[in-house]
Amino acid sequence: MCLGVPGRIIEVYEVAGLRMGRVDFGGVVKEACLAYVPEAAVGEYTLIHVGFAIGRIDEAEAQQSLAFLRGAGLLAGELGTPADGEP
Amino acid sequence: MKYVHEFRDGARIRTTIDEIRRSVSRPWTIMEICGGQTHSIVKHGLDEMLPREIRLVHGPGCPVCVTPLATIDRAIAIASRPDVTFVSFGDMLRVPGSTTDLLRVKSAGGDVRIVYSPLDAVRLAQKVPDRQVVFFGIGFETTAPANAMAVLQAARLGLTNFSMLVSHVLVPPAIEALLGSPDNLVQAFLTAGHVCTVMGWTEYEPIAVRYGVPLVVTGFEPLDIVQGALMAVRQLERGRAEVENQYTRSVSREGNRAARDVLARVFRVCDREWRGIGRIPGSGFRLSEPFAAFDAERRFRTDAAAPETTSACIAGLVLRGRKKPSECPAFGTLCTPDRPLGAPMVSSEGACAAYYHFRRYQPAMK
Repeated sequence: MCLGVPGRIIEVYEVAGLRMGRVDFGGVVKEACLAYVPEAAVGEYTLIHVGFAIGRIDEAEAQQSLAFLRGAGLLAGELGTPADGEP
Repeated sequence: MKYVHEFRDGARIRTTIDEIRRSVSRPWTIMEICGGQTHSIVKHGLDEMLPREIRLVHGPGCPVCVTPLATIDRAIAIASRPDVTFVSFGDMLRVPGSTTDLLRVKSAGGDVRIVYSPLDAVRLAQKVPDRQVVFFGIGFETTAPANAMAVLQAARLGLTNFSMLVSHVLVPPAIEALLGSPDNLVQAFLTAGHVCTVMGWTEYEPIAVRYGVPLVVTGFEPLDIVQGALMAVRQLERGRAEVENQYTRSVSREGNRAARDVLARVFRVCDREWRGIGRIPGSGFRLSEPFAAFDAERRFRTDAAAPETTSACIAGLVLRGRKKPSECPAFGTLCTPDRPLGAPMVSSEGACAAYYHFRRYQPAMK
């Protein structure tokens, strides 16, 4: 129910006074309401839930989370290992 | 899909679990609140990959599961009216009411429809001005902004044939109810990421202080969940009890200001009954007075009889993290997704459905 899917805004327009847009989910394009992300622009990633963008996705933070292990000094070069390789 | 695949990377997940193993010195019980997180944990087998000291218990964060029986019965009564087109998210149709469910109402000729977005219900109301369109507004704080906007839009358009049966629930009061319960075993929480995308995390700060528990705002992908668990374990091991944010790519401390403003306009906090748990003070939203004309409960007065619950179903214990679904005697035998006894077997986010679909059949009969 609280599922949110990241999608990239490819078009912004207005319908009946509401900020709407077309959002690309890795090839599947759907309409979503963008009223809650008034500053989000074409090209940005948003989190879509029941047809509404409920927030922007911060790409720098996403990269930082992925680098979380490296930052904590835990990774010791393991990122280069294949996904099925045991550390 | 961007920001999905990266957070399912096996090497990163295993490295994080290894770090949890190095960090943990004694048993800890951690609850993930959200049904979406439960689903991810069971699907990817994360609970079985974690060191045995870490016990993950599943929380009440499945709105379909906690919608009270009386509300389901009310929905069924409204949907059965010949002048009503009843509109809902798909998950609600098979939730058992006292005697029937919405899907059977539909099979018997009722006009019951499934939509993806609540705005679809508003559009439908514009298209069929001669019919009463009633939307079943359920969900947590994640869904509330969408439902609030549907009401706001119906008001802007001057629609008199649109209303909402509101049964919204809120996470922080539920966490407090669990922590205040004398049989509570939960020592830390992974809170629901998308709820916090909307609301931020300021509401959790006094809970961390009052009950001395760590609360980690956590995302939904497997790497998010094990990172959240690591952050919780580190706090527990160091005797800290703070709110931390794992899900930084989507959540800020203040949440989504535009969404919170609309929530404050359209809804008011109210007490709410949770199926399987009971009444929790201040744990729901109802429509605010200026939007009372859109309240389906007022528009269609229904006398719901005192509902009966199914005795074999232990949904309440599952929703409070006291029992695993596979510990229920009815699990997989009397109760299956095709013939559910309780809502957690119906919803795609219910813990029982997750255990059933990912073949966690075992210890029931031990």
